[in-house]
Amino acid sequence: MTKSRRNMLFNKLFSPSSRAIFVDWFERSALVLVWIITIAIFGALRPETFLTWSNFSIILGSQSVIVVLALGLIIPLTAGDYDLSIASGLTFAGTVLAVLNVNNGWPIGMAVVATLVVGILMGAVNGFLVVYFRINSLIVTMGVGTFAHGLTLWLGNQMTISGISDSLVEAVIVHRLFGVPLGFYYALILCTIIWYVFSYTALGRRLLYVGRGREVARLSGINVDRIRVGAFMSSGLMGAIAGILYVGTTGAADPSSGMTFLLPAFAAAFLGATSILPGRFNPWGTTISVYFLVTGITGLSIMSVSTFVQDLFYGGALVIAVVLSQIVRGREERLT
Amino acid sequence: METQIILEKKEKRGITLDPVLQIERLSKNFGGVQALNDVSLSIYPGEVHGLLGQNGSGKSTLIKVLSGFHIPDSLNFIKINGRQVNLPINQAALYEYGISFVHQNLGLMESLTVLENLMLSNLAVSKTMFIDWQKEAQRARSIFKRYDLNLDPLSAVSSLTPVERAQLAIIRGLDQLRKMRDEHSCNGLLVLDEPTPFLPAHDVQSLFKLIREIVTDGASVVFVSHDIDEVLEITKRVTVLRDGKVSKTFETTEISKAEIIRLIVGQHVDLDAMRAPTKILPPPSISLSKLTGGSVKDFNIEIAPGEIVGLTGLIGSGYDEIPYLAYGASSAITGTLLLNGKSYQLRHLSPSNALVGGCVLIPGDRLTSGAISTLSVVENISQPVLSLVSSSWALSRSTLTRNSEKLIRKFNVLPSDPELLFGSLSGGNQQKALLAKWFQTSPRLILLDEPTQGVDVGARAQVFSEITQVADAGAAILCASSDYEQLTAICHRVLIFSKGKVVAHLTGDKISKSSIAQACYIS
Repeated sequence: MTKSRRNMLFNKLFSPSSRAIFVDWFERSALVLVWIITIAIFGALRPETFLTWSNFSIILGSQSVIVVLALGLIIPLTAGDYDLSIASGLTFAGTVLAVLNVNNGWPIGMAVVATLVVGILMGAVNGFLVVYFRINSLIVTMGVGTFAHGLTLWLGNQMTISGISDSLVEAVIVHRLFGVPLGFYYALILCTIIWYVFSYTALGRRLLYVGRGREVARLSGINVDRIRVGAFMSSGLMGAIAGILYVGTTGAADPSSGMTFLLPAFAAAFLGATSILPGRFNPWGTTISVYFLVTGITGLSIMSVSTFVQDLFYGGALVIAVVLSQIVRGREERLT
Repeated sequence: METQIILEKKEKRGITLDPVLQIERLSKNFGGVQALNDVSLSIYPGEVHGLLGQNGSGKSTLIKVLSGFHIPDSLNFIKINGRQVNLPINQAALYEYGISFVHQNLGLMESLTVLENLMLSNLAVSKTMFIDWQKEAQRARSIFKRYDLNLDPLSAVSSLTPVERAQLAIIRGLDQLRKMRDEHSCNGLLVLDEPTPFLPAHDVQSLFKLIREIVTDGASVVFVSHDIDEVLEITKRVTVLRDGKVSKTFETTEISKAEIIRLIVGQHVDLDAMRAPTKILPPPSISLSKLTGGSVKDFNIEIAPGEIVGLTGLIGSGYDEIPYLAYGASSAITGTLLLNGKSYQLRHLSPSNALVGGCVLIPGDRLTSGAISTLSVVENISQPVLSLVSSSWALSRSTLTRNSEKLIRKFNVLPSDPELLFGSLSGGNQQKALLAKWFQTSPRLILLDEPTQGVDVGARAQVFSEITQVADAGAAILCASSDYEQLTAICHRVLIFSKGKVVAHLTGDKISKSSIAQACYIS
């Protein structure tokens, strides 16, 4: 290699632009790297229990409910709205499904369709209240969520309804592909659909415009209200899907335990927005975040650390994620 | 009243009073433009001093230097009540010096009560823990009574009429001075920065009554306005600024309105190098009729394809609302838009319908209404054509990027990287990118609001030429602007507004910077 060629190579490797490209790459993949490091650390500490396929298939299969929930959240979040009712939507949908299937003897297929419709309707109520009365989405969805939780308890007599159709349980958790329950693949399919819509359709772009600049979007001829209502209906639908998966996973409809998924889902949505496509809520980042968080928690519980670590982990992750995204955004603003 | 003022004047000539505010040789530069050039100004106790000048004359820069927003480049001194002011001026110190401001937006919080607003600045710096609301309400009532104002301290500001809000803001400014005066026994200066443009005539009178009572009590007032009649009525002396310099300071009683207009506009022969060439236009095919809404009353216009019509007037005259009303962006009461043989009821028109009909709006406020600064240039530019450029199934990133790159080159947006954040571009390049965003849709009617606001000189000429080109290609253009030079450079016709109505038409050779200014100030 001649001297000049070597210089060229040197410049290419260490020029400011290539450094910027490296920083950019690092930011995009940081989450994946941290996830791999986490796996490596726990793997080294407890290779016999942690580094087993059964452990991983449990991790992948058990988290599909939270993945779907978090994916549902990023739709209204992209449009600039919060949906705090999504976890009560999950338990509500689960109870509706169980009541129809177990108590009223509906065939499972019909019960599933009806449950999905209920989820969409709940989202429509959220959207209508937010858009029509111009109320902050945090307040509306908190109210509607609490109301739905009350309905859930009333509908199911405050009890867990068991005896759900076996075919649902089989389709979610029993049947496996490459040793991983099918529920995981449903979540992956939904992730792919949302990724496609976000990245490659005009609709996805409109959602983003509405979230980033409502007035600009309105003056550009986008029907802002319709987009926002549509986003809430989508998150309602995703909540219902998560509810069905949850019932499929446990074989019963528990009126309360699903409520605890709200925080992990938010943590994953915000943590996901710091990676893959930094600065934007994105489905792959969100999905990876769910698995990163649960890997940490599983690892720590294998190390027999107490269960409160879960709250520390999820709560901490949410705050750190928001701080990180604020730093990303702050850098963007300094550019202006 | 007149005689009283003259008597006072004679009194003051006899005794040499120290000025409340004294500015000596103040200069301020903005990127090569001399916004203020060697400005000196003195305001005496008990006088209402008018400050007049066109947009860009340096009026607002002067106010902003006084309120601590700008730091002057060079200055002998600023003295308030005989005390030399330390630069940069900070807000808290302003109260101590004894000067307070009422800006055009009044700075009131609508959802709070009159009393809470009155006490705002008080509470901001107060160190006491407890607020005796009963006592404060009593105090407020006695102030209102003293100035003969019919305000209830406990009612919400949102329930007040515009003039009551202005009165409240002025009383609040005065109250700050009064506090300082009690403590430091000095005379105060109240700066009223265009408090009247949105008020009906009879309401202006009640505001003037208040101002007169304030000066009788010993305070001084700087009255900034566009309205010469108002200034003639209320002030004792007037300073006119032009091109950053003091054009003249004079006693109000010793000058005529025509003379003032001459001082504001300047005598120089109009060397408008750039003037839109006269052009033979096809018959008008686009019209707005009976448009009423906001402060606009019964506006009618017919526009020919290829024609550029300027809309202007003084602040508050309503000209700048027309683009938004015609686009359905703010709601009109009545009015019809006729475009491409279709007629649209403006009351029901939405921006998306207007767009489909071939009408676009480029708003003046780029960063809140025009573009999303946290998204990239390509994402902003491709917004209106997402479904046109790519198939409905899948957006092709490369097609969108190619399309944007082509437009960026054509409109000379720099730096020419479509992936940059929109917010990182300079004002001029942002505006060029926005023209690209909308002109690519081949609109038939283009509504512009202040198209060169915050745009540097170089980009300005280019924005002009883009607008002219798109008009030559057959688009009709309505351009609301307060920049007379710009109107002269691009418009075939200029309509001048006052109080929501068109009061003057200028066409062809009659359009010049000074003729527009004349028409604005005479009306």
